[in-house]
Amino acid sequence: MNDSPNSRPAIEFRNVAYKVNGDSGRELLHDLNLEVQRGETLVLLGRSGSGKTTTLKLINRLLTPSSGEIIVEARPTSDWDVIRLRRMIGFVIQEVGLFPHFTVERNIGLVPKIEKWPADRIHVRVKELLELVGLDPEIASRYPRELSGGQRQRVGVARALAADPPIMLMDEPFGALDLITRAELQHEFINLQKRLAKTVVFVTHDLREALLLGTRIALMDAGRLVTVQTSKEFLSSNDPLAIAYKEAFGTDLNIKC
Amino acid sequence: MNVWQFMLQNRNEVLELTFEHLKLVGISTFLAVLIGIPLGVLITRWPILNKPVLGGANIIQTIPSLALFGFLLPAPWIGARADRLAILALALYALLPLIRNTYAGIQGVDRAMVEAGRGMGMTDRQLLFQVELPLSLGVIIAGVRVATVISVGLATIAAAIGAGGLGEYIFRGLAMVNNQVILAGAIPAATMALLADVSLGWLEKRLSPH
Repeated sequence: MNDSPNSRPAIEFRNVAYKVNGDSGRELLHDLNLEVQRGETLVLLGRSGSGKTTTLKLINRLLTPSSGEIIVEARPTSDWDVIRLRRMIGFVIQEVGLFPHFTVERNIGLVPKIEKWPADRIHVRVKELLELVGLDPEIASRYPRELSGGQRQRVGVARALAADPPIMLMDEPFGALDLITRAELQHEFINLQKRLAKTVVFVTHDLREALLLGTRIALMDAGRLVTVQTSKEFLSSNDPLAIAYKEAFGTDLNIKC
Repeated sequence: MNVWQFMLQNRNEVLELTFEHLKLVGISTFLAVLIGIPLGVLITRWPILNKPVLGGANIIQTIPSLALFGFLLPAPWIGARADRLAILALALYALLPLIRNTYAGIQGVDRAMVEAGRGMGMTDRQLLFQVELPLSLGVIIAGVRVATVISVGLATIAAAIGAGGLGEYIFRGLAMVNNQVILAGAIPAATMALLADVSLGWLEKRLSPH
């Protein structure tokens, strides 16, 4: 294996542990080793408190590990200038993330603006992104409160894509949506991902969503990584926790595999 | 002679005292805003300072106003003129609502939203000026409103140390046991407090995020 940046995984966890309040606190993440390949969608699946959101926030250094290191684009996150690191990583969370006092245009154009793009280039980019996520460019001048939940989430995705980051972190982005809107957005995510081929780390507790969207599924439980498998492998897995998941979600899981 | 006739006859003096009163309140509130809001922001960044700063402002608030005027008298430069002294005392009293509301306003901004901003690579300064302050402006203005209304009332006591303002009439009326004279000071002061309350209340509503 050569060591040029492109042949290495986009994100790598090496013996990472995370404790609340430094060394003394409760351990939320235990000895995590995980690689996210370039262009894949890695789904972190697990129940609340399993450590999936913690794992996500370690990547853009919203949290710093108690031990071990996380390597992003061939450099440990501790070596990155944290602002640079975050601006090359798109970040989507449940709908609370849009700024209520910004218009849609200003929300989407946020990272380009703080990256000092010229105004007309931002304007063009916002239009382009709105179309990309299936929204009418007309809504650019509206405020988030004037949008539906699904529209807001699309704006959230557009905002994360704005400066064309190679990596996207998505923390239950469709969790607060009704079932039909969620299905719609999931399918659009698949289409978008086919075109853009970003490295995506996607957090969910929904097995169907994980099977549908994930290239691979990393199953987490109580701060530990249980298995990392493709959807197909997961469906035939004998791991007790994977079996528990499959039973909880019923038998009709033949989504795409 | 009723109070209105008294005020009409002495309209020049009423206006002059009202103007003095406005000056005391205006300058002191302005100074308090200049110090209180940055202090409020500071204690959101350095939680260690939270208790001493809020505690200090709280203690000032518990000192009776006449006593505070008295304490400040020996201060150099400040104590040399009654109006400077009154302005300093009023500014000190106005600090607590300003610091507390700035702090509470910023703490009240949805943490998930702040984290979203941070996660996108906003610097602390960008977060403060583009997200946290705009979203807490309503609460901060509410603090300015409380501080102003308190100042209008307290400034009447400044007349006791010769700083002028509408308190002159109140103290004079008390000495003369003349209600008309007391009211000639109290009515404009109360009106001023009401106007400040209503206008800043309107501003607070306009600037609150939806």
